[in-house]
Amino acid sequence: MNDIVINNPLEDEAIYIFREVAAQFEKPAILFSGGKDSITLVHLAKKAFYPAKIPFPLVHIDTGHNFPETIAFRDNLVKEFGLELHVHYVQDNIDAGHVKEEQGKYASRNQLQTQTLLQAIEEHGFDACIGGARRDEEKARAKERIFSVRDDFGQWDEKNQRPEVFDMLNGRIAYGQNVRVFPISNWTELDVWTYIQNEEIEIPSIYFAHKRNVFERDGLIWTANDDVVYREKDEIVTEKTVRFRTVGDMSCTAAVESLAFSIEEVVKEIRQSDLSERGARIDDMRSEAAMETRKQEGYF
Amino acid sequence: MKKNKVLKISTAGSVDDGKSTLIGRILYDTKSLKRDALEAIKKNSEQKGYDYLDLALATDGLVAEREQGITIDVAHIYFSTPNRSYIIADTPGHKEYTRNMITGASSSDIAVILIDARKGVVEQTKRHFFINNLLRINELIVAVNKMDLVDYKETRFNAIVEDFKKLAQAGSYKEQLITFIPISALHGDNVVASSENLSWYSGKTLMQHLENIQFEDIHQNTQARFQVQTVIRPKTENFHDFRGYAGKLKGGELSVGDKVVVLPSKMKSTIKTIEFYDKKYTKASIGSSITITLEDDINVSRGDLIVKENQLPHEAKEIKAIICWMDSTPLISSTIYQFQYGVKSVKSKIKSIDSKIDTDRMGKEQETNELQLNNLGWATIQLAKPLHFDNYDENKDSGAFILIDTKTNNTAGVGFIQHKESLN
Ligand SMILES: Nc1nc2c(ncn2[C@@H]2O[C@H](COP(=O)(O)OP(=O)(O)O)[C@@H](O)[C@H]2O)c(=O)[nH]1
Repeated sequence: MNDIVINNPLEDEAIYIFREVAAQFEKPAILFSGGKDSITLVHLAKKAFYPAKIPFPLVHIDTGHNFPETIAFRDNLVKEFGLELHVHYVQDNIDAGHVKEEQGKYASRNQLQTQTLLQAIEEHGFDACIGGARRDEEKARAKERIFSVRDDFGQWDEKNQRPEVFDMLNGRIAYGQNVRVFPISNWTELDVWTYIQNEEIEIPSIYFAHKRNVFERDGLIWTANDDVVYREKDEIVTEKTVRFRTVGDMSCTAAVESLAFSIEEVVKEIRQSDLSERGARIDDMRSEAAMETRKQEGYF
Repeated sequence: MKKNKVLKISTAGSVDDGKSTLIGRILYDTKSLKRDALEAIKKNSEQKGYDYLDLALATDGLVAEREQGITIDVAHIYFSTPNRSYIIADTPGHKEYTRNMITGASSSDIAVILIDARKGVVEQTKRHFFINNLLRINELIVAVNKMDLVDYKETRFNAIVEDFKKLAQAGSYKEQLITFIPISALHGDNVVASSENLSWYSGKTLMQHLENIQFEDIHQNTQARFQVQTVIRPKTENFHDFRGYAGKLKGGELSVGDKVVVLPSKMKSTIKTIEFYDKKYTKASIGSSITITLEDDINVSRGDLIVKENQLPHEAKEIKAIICWMDSTPLISSTIYQFQYGVKSVKSKIKSIDSKIDTDRMGKEQETNELQLNNLGWATIQLAKPLHFDNYDENKDSGAFILIDTKTNNTAGVGFIQHKESLN
């Protein structure tokens, strides 16, 4: 038998939050993007309820612009953990004419996710959606609560948030409202990577250095995939050794040149990097208030 | 696995004392600002026509704030040194934002109070000290900022220290450690690196001081409190009879073999196993999110408190507490609120509002029959069922509660239990 439980305050807090979600809500779900943060969430949920199974399904809003590696990884994880998975497609919404796709050079389906997500919440009647957002990612997120109440339209009212004192979480809501829950709010990018390393958590291969066809635009490295990412004639495709620090859509996630082939090398690289993670998110560079505006409309 | 160390800091200061600049400076000097963030700050500073970097921009997050140029909510800022990780809860200094300050301070280990060297101890400072004293923040750092604007004069600093010490004498929590540091956030003197300009000051810089704070210094000695969040019953073949109680240990230590009592049922048992994920341990200490099993098959459910047989908490159906009101609908007597104590939730009735506490006059009390938004005061609360609790000064983690408005579901207030009569 081991002696004393070694505590990691961030992990203890996340587990505490997961257990509160299970106890306070009737129909929670984990919003699963296939990225490292949501994989970490699944791992923490497993620890929180062991030896029982994770008591929530996963929900994936598929933009159709995902990296194929992410989808393959997702399906594997679901099988291995015996989880339930609901996939909702942004494409369905576009086909039905509910939303209009952006056109041109900077077109992205990121904003369209919101509509599909809200429909999924309504269809299944989810009262809590657990997400992997972190406060250190972005300035507007730094003010996000752990239990963040959204109205019937999924909107975030940032000036009228419930105070969160000590560790007491108030998940009481009216009919039609729902709560976004962020168990790893207080983790930094480096915390997540160190945790992945220490816990030996598997993550999709695109997080590690690999050869890829890419082109450069505005000083960022874009994936060359003409079906999904618009490319001008003079934007020349070359092969580079790259990896991704954050994984969203192909059309809005830039790669970084890297020779970090192992988790140890990735952690070392993050420690030394002088660029923030969101610096590789093309969608956030649109304006200074980009994230806050999206959140008010019901984004994660 | 290596133990992750995290130090949580809350900050308080009046508008324009330089709180945002100080945080920006810490991030800048510890090289925590990434290149893209720094470029955004540079661009923004130039647009505004400043000839220096407006480091305050590193923290002001919301559009409304950028427009008004003020901080209006609690923002969390993260950085780390090779020694440990830090979380700063940046709380605004406006009069109407007492609730944000308490929110930020409630989850912090230590606090930094900023004073403008030109202005010295002002009304706001008194409130900031009083709240940190009330919340029993063990370590307080008073950073006297803008020393450059008083020619880095030692006499000015000493005068402010004297004023503050007078203020501190009136505090009720005397064990609080207070450290005074002269700084200039704008120029970086004594924030991370020590400064020639302040060569008369022989103490540590702000960052050196933070790096040296030991966890033993800021955590009280407490009794084990284990509140059950959820009961784990896998009902699978391998774990057919498994019945585990999941929760976070607040205070003290629990060991296998400890004789325990489950409250409110008062059923006795012994701890059979302490588990974290798929491993068993002999012991767990404060802060751990564990699962325990008991030797006896007794009825335990969410909200129940498991304690050691010889460390019983108080029991009462009516309690006295200091309330900080956080809602626009004032708190008046005879109203019903949902009372949430940790993860336990019961109906409660406000029996009486006993007095209002003037935070600007070191807690001087006056009679009142209501508490308005941002007011602090004493109240007597009647509970639907007897509660087992600690006073806030005995255990910070298990001596507070929140009041939830049953119509709006909002968290309307926070309370600190100070039920002296019940001491047994
Ligand atoms: N001269 C001088 N100015 C400072 C110092 N710290 C902050 N300031 C200035 O004081 C003003 C208010 O600072 P800010 O950080 O926005 O204050 P906050 O409202 O407390 O966040 C800004 O113009 C800062 O540049 C300092 O140490 N020296």
